[in-house]
Amino acid sequence: MHIPDGFLSPEVAGATAVATVAAVGYGLKTASGTLDERRVPLLGVTGAFVFAAQMLNFPVAGGTSGHFLGAALAAILLGPWLACLTMGVVISLQAFVFADGGITALGANILNMGVIGALLVGGLMLATRRALPKSRTMLLGIVGVGAWLAVMAGATATSVELALSGTVPLGTVLPAMLGVHALIGAGEAVVTVAAVAAVLAARPDLIALRDLTDAELKLPAPALEGA
Amino acid sequence: MTRIRTRVFLAFALAAAVSLAVFASPYASSSPDGLEKVAGTKGFLADGRVHTIQERSPVPDYALPGIHDPRLATALAGLLGTLLVALVGIGVFKLVRRGTAA
Repeated sequence: MHIPDGFLSPEVAGATAVATVAAVGYGLKTASGTLDERRVPLLGVTGAFVFAAQMLNFPVAGGTSGHFLGAALAAILLGPWLACLTMGVVISLQAFVFADGGITALGANILNMGVIGALLVGGLMLATRRALPKSRTMLLGIVGVGAWLAVMAGATATSVELALSGTVPLGTVLPAMLGVHALIGAGEAVVTVAAVAAVLAARPDLIALRDLTDAELKLPAPALEGA
Repeated sequence: MTRIRTRVFLAFALAAAVSLAVFASPYASSSPDGLEKVAGTKGFLADGRVHTIQERSPVPDYALPGIHDPRLATALAGLLGTLLVALVGIGVFKLVRRGTAA
């Protein structure tokens, strides 16, 4: 879902970059205040896994492929804000080192493939925490649904940005993007559930969004954080 | 329940990531991805451009330059990228923490 340069208008590229800088900036602030030392190497290893898994394009219908995005997995392991930072590192290196995804479109790509999914899954975990019983099966079910929704939300955002840029009408691009990403999202759900199940079996205490409190997940307004 | 040590867990996870990048990525599908396919069928694929910065990209399209075997070139690009992401991620985290502590 990497947008190359040339697909977005300067206005849309600028607006998405501002949103991404705010989210990744809040991720940096979260990182600087993190007391749990284990989060430091865990962020690096999570980013490495996301990068590696993103290289594994799998075939979906009609000569099309899809790949894992990883925002949902990162949000579950690290919490939504450190996940924004992780996805920012992965997608920036992809653009600058591997020429994958545009430079002016970098903000949009981090927003679509990272920030939106991370915040959506963080919010979903918080919303369902009170409503649903705590069980392994229930947690993995929510993880799977969250991963699929993260991909669909990213595909929707990409379509809206393309339409606002005047590149393609929304009514043309949105159904096509949602159709193919419904399948790619299923792949995302399978990989995310498998990875979370593996971590749950080995080290459940490393999952940030397992027993999270309201305070940890409260979605703050970065503009109000000031001094 | 016995828990494996954090270092051991992280080493296994990093080894899993490196293995995927090195051994699986050369066999990944090379079909266009979802957005690329839609751009092709809906007629805006030609709008895409390569930024001048990316013309001098060190590892364009996940293939290490100078390696003739395309699968080996992809495997080495995957190895490089996976380790680079881990190092940059940990580096950024340590930098902002040091900034706060000082």
